[in-house]
Amino acid sequence: MADVIDDKIKNYRTAPFDARFPNTNQTRNCFQNYLDFHRCNKVLSGKGQDSSPCEWYQRVYKSLCPMSWVSLFYQKHL
Amino acid sequence: MAHPTQLGFKDAAMPVMEELLHFHDHALMIVLLISTLVLYIITAMVSTKLTNKYILDSQEIEIVWTILPAVILVLIALPSLRILYLMDEINDPHLTIKAMGHQWYWSYEYTDYENLGFDSYMVPTQDLAPGQFRLLETDHRMVVPMESPVRVLVSAEDVLHSWAVPSLGVKMDAVPGRLNQAAFIASRPGVFYGQCSEICGANHSFMPIVVEAVPLEHFENWSSLMLEDA
Repeated sequence: MADVIDDKIKNYRTAPFDARFPNTNQTRNCFQNYLDFHRCNKVLSGKGQDSSPCEWYQRVYKSLCPMSWVSLFYQKHL
Repeated sequence: MAHPTQLGFKDAAMPVMEELLHFHDHALMIVLLISTLVLYIITAMVSTKLTNKYILDSQEIEIVWTILPAVILVLIALPSLRILYLMDEINDPHLTIKAMGHQWYWSYEYTDYENLGFDSYMVPTQDLAPGQFRLLETDHRMVVPMESPVRVLVSAEDVLHSWAVPSLGVKMDAVPGRLNQAAFIASRPGVFYGQCSEICGANHSFMPIVVEAVPLEHFENWSSLMLEDA
């Protein structure tokens, strides 16, 4: 399972089509991946496991979210 | 690029835009035929001395001029629906670019691998080199690899803007707080111009968009150069 994810991350080109967000408005897609990344990190680090699978969500939200939005999310996070 | 006295659309650089062009020709031809027919009938009616007092009703002609328009409408609707569904096809992009509208310039971000971002201001008229286009050239162009599906996510940082490139068949509103997705494939290399399409203040006419489609190796060289300069 981990190899599949590692493969996907290694061959990453850009955020693939996500069937949960099929329409023009991708705002939620960006935010959902940002949330999923942080939740994934929290859960896996909490259990003391390797959090490298969470890198997928990070790559996707970095592809989708504008850089100014990412800094805003981080500011509000803190 | 538009040429002087141009009446039709710009040359298409995207398969869906080509389809739209052909459909437009098809629908316009039907409209022109009908208009010519109606104009001819009106002129014929008005310019004759003959009168006919004895026609009361006629089933045949009534059937013909009900069925024929229905058939014509179906002939217009079928290609239209085909293109509509073609535009909605799921595409798997190779590259994601964010186009952020500001007052009064666009900024482009390529963040799939590294954090590459740059602003794109219009070249003022007095700084144009010979051969460049007035109000259309920018200092930095949005470079894309040709024949690759590209996803553009359009948004704005202040007021409403709209990112439009007619040759690529793209027009997408830039709304602050919202990320709108548009997709295209540049099927040929070239430089494609567009302009902001939503009124956004004093310099709304002076924030053009230039997309340059190049082979993949050139795109990779360009992005390395841009990252070094940044």
